[in-house]
Amino acid sequence: MMKVCINPEMVIVNGKVLSHQEKGSALLTKLYRTYIGDYPKFFKMDTLSKLGFVASELLLQAENAERFVPREDRAVVFFNRSASLQADTTYQATIQDPDNFFPSPAAFVYTLPNIVTGEIAIRNKYFGETSFIVLPERDPSIMAQQLQNAFQDPMTQSILGGWLDCTDENHFEAELTLIFKS
Amino acid sequence: MIVKVSDHIISPMGMSTAENYLAVKAGRSMLKRYEGHWGLPEPFVASLMDREKVEQAFAGISDNKPYTFFEKMIILSAAKALEQTDIDPSSEKVLFILSTTKGNVFLLDKRETGFPKERVLLGEAARQMTDYFHNPNAPLVVSNACISGVCAQIEAMRNLASGQFDNVVVVGCDVQSAFIVSGFQSFKALSVEPCKPFDAHRTGLNLGDAAATIVYSRKDQIDENDWVACKSAIRNDANHISGPSRTGEGSYRALKAVLGDFNPEEIAFINAHGTATLYNDEMESVAIERAGLSQVPVNGLKGYYGHTMGAAGLLETILSMQAIDDYNILATKGYETIGVTHPLVLSNQNQKTDKRAFIKLLSGFGGCNAALLIKKGGSL
Repeated sequence: MMKVCINPEMVIVNGKVLSHQEKGSALLTKLYRTYIGDYPKFFKMDTLSKLGFVASELLLQAENAERFVPREDRAVVFFNRSASLQADTTYQATIQDPDNFFPSPAAFVYTLPNIVTGEIAIRNKYFGETSFIVLPERDPSIMAQQLQNAFQDPMTQSILGGWLDCTDENHFEAELTLIFKS
Repeated sequence: MIVKVSDHIISPMGMSTAENYLAVKAGRSMLKRYEGHWGLPEPFVASLMDREKVEQAFAGISDNKPYTFFEKMIILSAAKALEQTDIDPSSEKVLFILSTTKGNVFLLDKRETGFPKERVLLGEAARQMTDYFHNPNAPLVVSNACISGVCAQIEAMRNLASGQFDNVVVVGCDVQSAFIVSGFQSFKALSVEPCKPFDAHRTGLNLGDAAATIVYSRKDQIDENDWVACKSAIRNDANHISGPSRTGEGSYRALKAVLGDFNPEEIAFINAHGTATLYNDEMESVAIERAGLSQVPVNGLKGYYGHTMGAAGLLETILSMQAIDDYNILATKGYETIGVTHPLVLSNQNQKTDKRAFIKLLSGFGGCNAALLIKKGGSL
């Protein structure tokens, strides 16, 4: 099974550690510049979306199938604990002070956890199911069950899915896999 | 098959499903203009709860633990839906699913000190509900922007179909706050008057508070009064994170998937998202036409409640079921003149129907779209 793990200190693709000196959000930018580089929208994303974007890119590069062909048979299904907490906190700062009240639409749009699923759908031309489920805590058996359930949609043949959590720009964890219908 | 066992709605229009349905049928709305509310510099139009009513109702079921207003809404709605059943909510065969976008987001405000900050986490808020009912399972929180309420019902259908659970309690709720209203204002998405879905003069959406619950179960023998959740689909536009696709791509694909070879003539109506933003309503008209459903009546309920976000998919599904039970297609309040380029069958008057199926349609940020085909008294 193809798998990508990213945390602020380490990146592992199919069991192989990618060595980089950067940590935290600087690591995500380094990964973007090293392995992707052709998608400047990356720089507008919140940390959760950057994390999901980079992790999905590394996973799909490892899959080594033809990319960017419109398809409806691949779903994107993520889980986490913190929903869009980092974006929420960023947006709250723009409205906290009545004397310095500057609500930002660019910050507000990321205050939904499923935006990252949309970012990945746009990048890859995925017209299939996209979904985000928040859990009280990480629970691999619940995640596995819900991912299996997603195959009840007869259109869905594979799922780019897994854990994608971010509490602030230096605290995050991604563990994404590609799962195929058995 | 997956059938509805019970439901319940809490909104500014009433504290039960029946009160809500009758208020909508009578054409009422609680959309009002608020000035200086929550210290916001700009006025807004919204449908907000009288919080005292919820406090009073909650006092009747309270376990004396401290809950936020949002948590009281979800517990109260679930409790009132479960009261109508013989389901034991503490059973391990019962799953709770919460549909919400912002939960207790007000707790991020530094001036809010009454509750632990972890309660801003959606799973922690949902856990207050499962703990209240002594349910042993981790709750699922579906947070897919404005389509959450249909996605949560889809998760319920799947978790029942897999056989893992016997009953699923699906609760949808969002409570408006300075956070949400200022965000939509910054997006220039709000109308300064009551919204006008699909109308030529629509200028944007209104926001609203609500909590709505549907309890679903598995049942082998369907009788003619059972509401059956038949088919569902979630599809992405793959186009833009905050604007709908001009070709209605995801919505069209979701409609096509639920329709299959179902005869459109059996469909009483499509209950659309109909937020009354320029782009949403236009997009839905494109998707409905592409799906070959231009002849099917379309209605939208945001003119009564505003956009209730995580509650919308449940609230609007329940009211659509009530309407068909009453042989009625609910009027689209606020609609006068067609304002979308692909003609739809719309009316601002209640219409009679004797058809027994409908499609609930939703779209949201992140490019997501969901459709749910529900039929009274049997399978496809």
